[in-house]
Amino acid sequence: MKDFIIPDDRDMGTPAKTGAPVSLSIDGFDVTVPEGTSVMRAAAEAGLEIPKLCASDNMEAFGSCRLCVVEIEGRRGTPASCTTPVAEGMVVRTQSGKVKKIRRGVMELYISDHPLDCLTCSANGDCELQDMAGMVGLRDVRYSAPEGGGLANHFEARDSSGEANPEWAPKDESNPYFTFDPSKCIVCSRCVRACEEVQGTFALTIEGRGFDSRVSAGASLDDFMSSDCVSCGACVQACPTATLQEKSVIELGTPERSVVTTCAYCGVGCAFKAELNGDELVRMVPYKHGKANRGHSCVKGRFAYGYAAHKDRILSPMIRDHVDEPWREVGWDEALSFAARKMRGLQETYGRRSIGVITSSRCTNEETYLVQKLARQVFANNNTDTCARVCHSPTGYGLGQTLGTSAGTQDFDSVEHTDVAVVIGANPTDAHPVFASRLKKRLREGAKVIVIDPRRIDLVKSAHVEAAHHLPLKPGTNVAVVTAMAHTIVTEGLMDEAFIRERCDWDEFMEYAEFVSDPRHSPEATEMLTGVPAADLRAAARLFATGGNGAIYYGLGVTEHSQGSTTVIGIANLAMMTGNVGRPGVGVNPLRGQNNVQGSCDMGSFPHELPGYRHVKNPDVREVYEDLWGVKIDDEPGLRIPNMLDAAVDGSFKGLYCQGEDILQSDPDTKHVAAGLAAMECVIVHDLFLNETANYAHVFLPGSTFLEKDGTFTNAERRINRVRKVMAPRSGYADWEVTQLLANAMGGEWAYQHPSEIMDEIAATTPSFSGVSYDLLEEKGSVQWPCNEAHPDGTPLMHVDGFVRGKGRFIVTEYVATEEKTGPRYPLLLTTGRILSQYNVGAQTRRTDNVIWHDEDVLEIHPHDAEVRGVKEGDWVKLASRIGDTSLRAKVTDRVSPGVVYTTFHHPDTQANVITSDFSDWATNCPEYKVTAVQVSPSNGPTDWQEDYAAQAARARRILPAAQ
Amino acid sequence: MMSPEKMIRMANQIATFFHSQPSEAQADRVADHINDFWEPRMRRQLLDHIAQGGEGLDPLVLDAAQKLRTPV
Ligand code: SF4
Ligand code: SF4
Ligand code: SF4
Ligand code: FES
Repeated sequence: MKDFIIPDDRDMGTPAKTGAPVSLSIDGFDVTVPEGTSVMRAAAEAGLEIPKLCASDNMEAFGSCRLCVVEIEGRRGTPASCTTPVAEGMVVRTQSGKVKKIRRGVMELYISDHPLDCLTCSANGDCELQDMAGMVGLRDVRYSAPEGGGLANHFEARDSSGEANPEWAPKDESNPYFTFDPSKCIVCSRCVRACEEVQGTFALTIEGRGFDSRVSAGASLDDFMSSDCVSCGACVQACPTATLQEKSVIELGTPERSVVTTCAYCGVGCAFKAELNGDELVRMVPYKHGKANRGHSCVKGRFAYGYAAHKDRILSPMIRDHVDEPWREVGWDEALSFAARKMRGLQETYGRRSIGVITSSRCTNEETYLVQKLARQVFANNNTDTCARVCHSPTGYGLGQTLGTSAGTQDFDSVEHTDVAVVIGANPTDAHPVFASRLKKRLREGAKVIVIDPRRIDLVKSAHVEAAHHLPLKPGTNVAVVTAMAHTIVTEGLMDEAFIRERCDWDEFMEYAEFVSDPRHSPEATEMLTGVPAADLRAAARLFATGGNGAIYYGLGVTEHSQGSTTVIGIANLAMMTGNVGRPGVGVNPLRGQNNVQGSCDMGSFPHELPGYRHVKNPDVREVYEDLWGVKIDDEPGLRIPNMLDAAVDGSFKGLYCQGEDILQSDPDTKHVAAGLAAMECVIVHDLFLNETANYAHVFLPGSTFLEKDGTFTNAERRINRVRKVMAPRSGYADWEVTQLLANAMGGEWAYQHPSEIMDEIAATTPSFSGVSYDLLEEKGSVQWPCNEAHPDGTPLMHVDGFVRGKGRFIVTEYVATEEKTGPRYPLLLTTGRILSQYNVGAQTRRTDNVIWHDEDVLEIHPHDAEVRGVKEGDWVKLASRIGDTSLRAKVTDRVSPGVVYTTFHHPDTQANVITSDFSDWATNCPEYKVTAVQVSPSNGPTDWQEDYAAQAARARRILPAAQ
Repeated sequence: MMSPEKMIRMANQIATFFHSQPSEAQADRVADHINDFWEPRMRRQLLDHIAQGGEGLDPLVLDAAQKLRTPV
């Protein structure tokens, strides 16, 4: 087994600095480091470790433990090396008799108030206190409690007479993933600082002073669960002792090996070390050299991996002739030949274009590439689409038209240089938590944020964060708001004319300027429509245009509208007119939802595009694949997901291979999706679990988790990250192998031995990937495409010297109201979103302890709207639109404005998509999830539809006992 | 294929966007967009509907009709 060699992973004590070089001598070694570096870090750079307890290189030095003292020639006393910056010519001694004596004394004090149960402690072998005691040569502890003076320690529950020790506190086990055992705490405050500086939640404090001081989550009566803690794990990682410890380590023991891999949840793409014993996963630890996350994580990637071993996982292929029948478990050969026979039969009967595939944003690039290749080469059509259809397809269109590529323009590090961040239709603290932590860090340093969202998301106001402006627009009016911002900038002369003249098409800008300058686009004129006070909008636009580096971050609240593509265009216009493209700290940054949305789009999942965003109508592009694959590539665009369903209902689309997607739960208008699926004759679901779509499937092929396969994911910054196999696939095959087997059962003659060979084919055929290989990824850790001869190390920033399309193009953005309008019957607007602990349709996170934070979807409703309907907190309510109805519980909150209600779609019982309509983006068919006219009324519980659905689902999930 | 209302709505949405663009060739751009993104079955349905008078369609879609590629 070949594991990735983990580069230098040491804790350097204090953060890296950038500055002019400074040279000094430490223990006789010469070392040169940037100005501002601590003596401790300088020593570490020279390979000399100074003992430390309260310092860690992901937070600023604190200087409380005094274990790190050194002697410096010409200075008095023994300064702490973590808080002392280097100076030119400094001569440092880290190991004098004097400092050794001090360190031993410090350790002795610590150990005198620490239990000596090292051998049975869960951190045994992974404890910095232990390491430091060894390092400073502590040999005895002379302190003891004074005679008859009661216990002077925090770790014994009772004294020898049985008297309770008032200093002792019990373990806090309220968090499902880690424990807090105050008896082992050395009050180094690393946890408190990690929560503040790294995560930005400020859930922890040190209460009391001196001997009485202790760590506390929230107020004194709180435990971790009831505090503000979001379970990111930063404090657990920071803790040098067993005080904050993963429950999995307590249960399974300390891990002995680790493999670097990538989180399979959101588009941030955090790098993790999967730490294991044998093939048993003990814990996931964020990897400090991960360039997206820089050592941080959120609750999902850090802790919510239990679904991989969940009992609901289906490990054997299953087939059935009809969806009313129970499933029959069969061997791989039988399942694959059954599927191949059916699919080929459908093509013979109904034509070449009667079957198709859906690729997944959850799967690797290599898997996705194979699934679209299956459609294009083996099925000989372009019926391939991906769930990105329903999230970021407007980004592809809008940025492609204006800038020349759908790529987000920045890397995540860029936020460290941002002065004004505009967050539109995104809720990073819930959906892109690690990016949110990085943004909040920048905000605490003084950057400003403008939030444009119907809901008062956490970025509007939370601990140490307050938005400069919150524009609470009415759902569906994004284009009007963005255009009014442009109006303000243009009419007040705040644009960057030099940039526009140099980098953009000036004539198009003039046309655009004339368009936006029309008074009907002014904030005052659109205020009634958008609900955004004109003065606020003007102030926000001015701040964005004049506040320094301006960066726009946006999410599905922008794209999932009938004018999604137009808003994306409007965002690109704003960035161009203010000159905010092509350098660090600025840019247009689509926050992609799922882990590999970017990659699945790059890999040619869309029905009109071959890999690398090249239209199938272009003969030169088709030729590349025709030569390699030996078939003729269809020159007509294929069906998009909504079109597939329409065609299915219509009887001309009959067979679907759906990998890792649950379209029945995630796509809008559930009844229409169900009707489409029910009309197909062969639905092949390839997934971990019997998901909702599988209720209508004829073939089930078991999938493998990200822990069970090799591959790559591409995150929202275009960063290609390696996914590494840490254990064998539980079903016998990795997903790429399953697709290959299916292709071969249909005559594909594929012979890939390893995903690296698939990447080689991608590189050989796709110009923007031509430099990518597993060897390169091994060497660099990760790389951002374009990666080719012109950019051998990849491309952190796009459009640096000019736009990809040449001149940036301004496009007129006329607001068109969605047809989804409120009226007397449906007076409220429903908008949807998600929350931190759950992921997408929840198939994974619902099968972990994350349900503690969110065990059902609730409907957020403003107190005023609730009151007039007689709805109280926690009541069951019926949520109805002209499409359908469902019921769920109400949460009365002024986070939403009057007239707006909000829910999540993580639970199949709620089926929020029964409500959503089939309206879609004009350019891309991306569904309009974010606006549905609804009515809310009190109810007693689940609707008939929900009960029928549950009954059908239960019937469809029956599995026959395996034949003997 | 699609319900007629849905098809008309989708075609008209495209026309609405290009109406707003300051371009001489709005109909061409509507046709280009539909040719690029609509699968042959969808274009067939649209062309059939136009052949029957094109009720409900934006005039710009009707203008674009001649430039729509006929599915084979
Ligand atoms: S888990 Fe994260 S949010 Fe919770 S206390 Fe620790 S650092 Fe703070
Ligand atoms: S819980 Fe851990 S990190 Fe926090 S103060 Fe105690 S020992 Fe330090
Ligand atoms: S879910 Fe997203 S933010 Fe959380 S660990 Fe995974 S990649 Fe990082
Ligand atoms: S590590 Fe320097 S004072 Fe604690």
